Amino acid sequence: MVKVFIEKENKTKEIKASNIKTILDNLKINPETILIVKNNELTTINSKIKSNDKIKLLSVVSGG
Amino acid sequence: MCKICKTKPIIQLTNTNISLCKSCFLKYFEKKTFKTIKKYDLIEKNDKILVAISGGKDSLTVLNILNKLRERLLFKIEALLIDEGIKNYRGITIIDAKNFCKKNNIKLTIVSFKKEFKYPLDSLIKKINLKPCTVCGVLRRYLLNKYSKKLKATKLVTGHNLDDEAQSILMNQFKHNIEISARLGPITGVISDKKFIKRIKPLYLLNEKETATYAYLNNFNSKYVECPYTIDSYRNEVRDMLNNFENKYPGTKHAIVNSFLDILPLLKDKYKTNKKIISCKKCKEPSSKEYCQACEILRMVGIHKS
Repeated sequence: MVKVFIEKENKTKEIKASNIKTILDNLKINPETILIVKNNELTTINSKIKSNDKIKLLSVVSGG
Repeated sequence: MCKICKTKPIIQLTNTNISLCKSCFLKYFEKKTFKTIKKYDLIEKNDKILVAISGGKDSLTVLNILNKLRERLLFKIEALLIDEGIKNYRGITIIDAKNFCKKNNIKLTIVSFKKEFKYPLDSLIKKINLKPCTVCGVLRRYLLNKYSKKLKATKLVTGHNLDDEAQSILMNQFKHNIEISARLGPITGVISDKKFIKRIKPLYLLNEKETATYAYLNNFNSKYVECPYTIDSYRNEVRDMLNNFENKYPGTKHAIVNSFLDILPLLKDKYKTNKKIISCKKCKEPSSKEYCQACEILRMVGIHKS
């Protein structure tokens, strides 16, 4: 299980996944709308993950 | 792997499917902004550039890059922030804007709805039967133009990016507002008139995700704050639709903007001479009617007497 913080919802969820793409598919989040931060570093959708990795999904949309 | 230096990538550019590392991405982003400025002649030597900032990621990104370019391109730069008076929203970004300008030694002018119109936006919208975004947009544009002239700016810069433009193009298309589309483009407006300060968009060819990435890497505005009035906006629906298309068919946003740029000269030409710009009877700001839209709103609110 990987801890995933979703900024837009201000929530952390635990998800079973070995890569970022599975997480996004699982959460139904469009990769166009977020920045992916793995252990405090930006990464791409193709990045692999381990169980103790900390993932943050930051919204790219400005508040208006 | 990064396409250029083969190190760990931080972004995959959807338009070209190229991956870049932090250092190569920052260079790519700044170079593309510079190329946009050159391609569309956005800035000339000795210009006084006023950057309209909110403290959000787009405006701080464009301010940061222009600040880096000011010695190379020989122009002056200042920042202007409009405080609409939106509780739990603008106050947060104002702090980021002030900190940024102080750190980078950029003169910042803050103009508030409350001081200019007696009430903040939160109060104004309770007095009128118009959408908050309409009231806010008209009054904000009014103040941006008024203060650009007051501060003797030759150009007003906004942080609009490729996503903003693609959304506007589609929204105007869907609502048959083609005349409004004629005012879009990297330099806005169809009329060259000294009453209007030209508005330029140096981030025109960079998308929202790229802009957010640049802002993140530079530690600008890490908090996500949503304007409380944008919840049901039409633009949000168009944005979601475009992002879904971009994800499924990469390059869609660029294609929309590039197709639009191909026909923009024709649109500008078609709508060039239709309307005469006069001065508003009340405030003397530019207007197409006897009273400008801002004065019309202020009259409806009861601030101006008819």
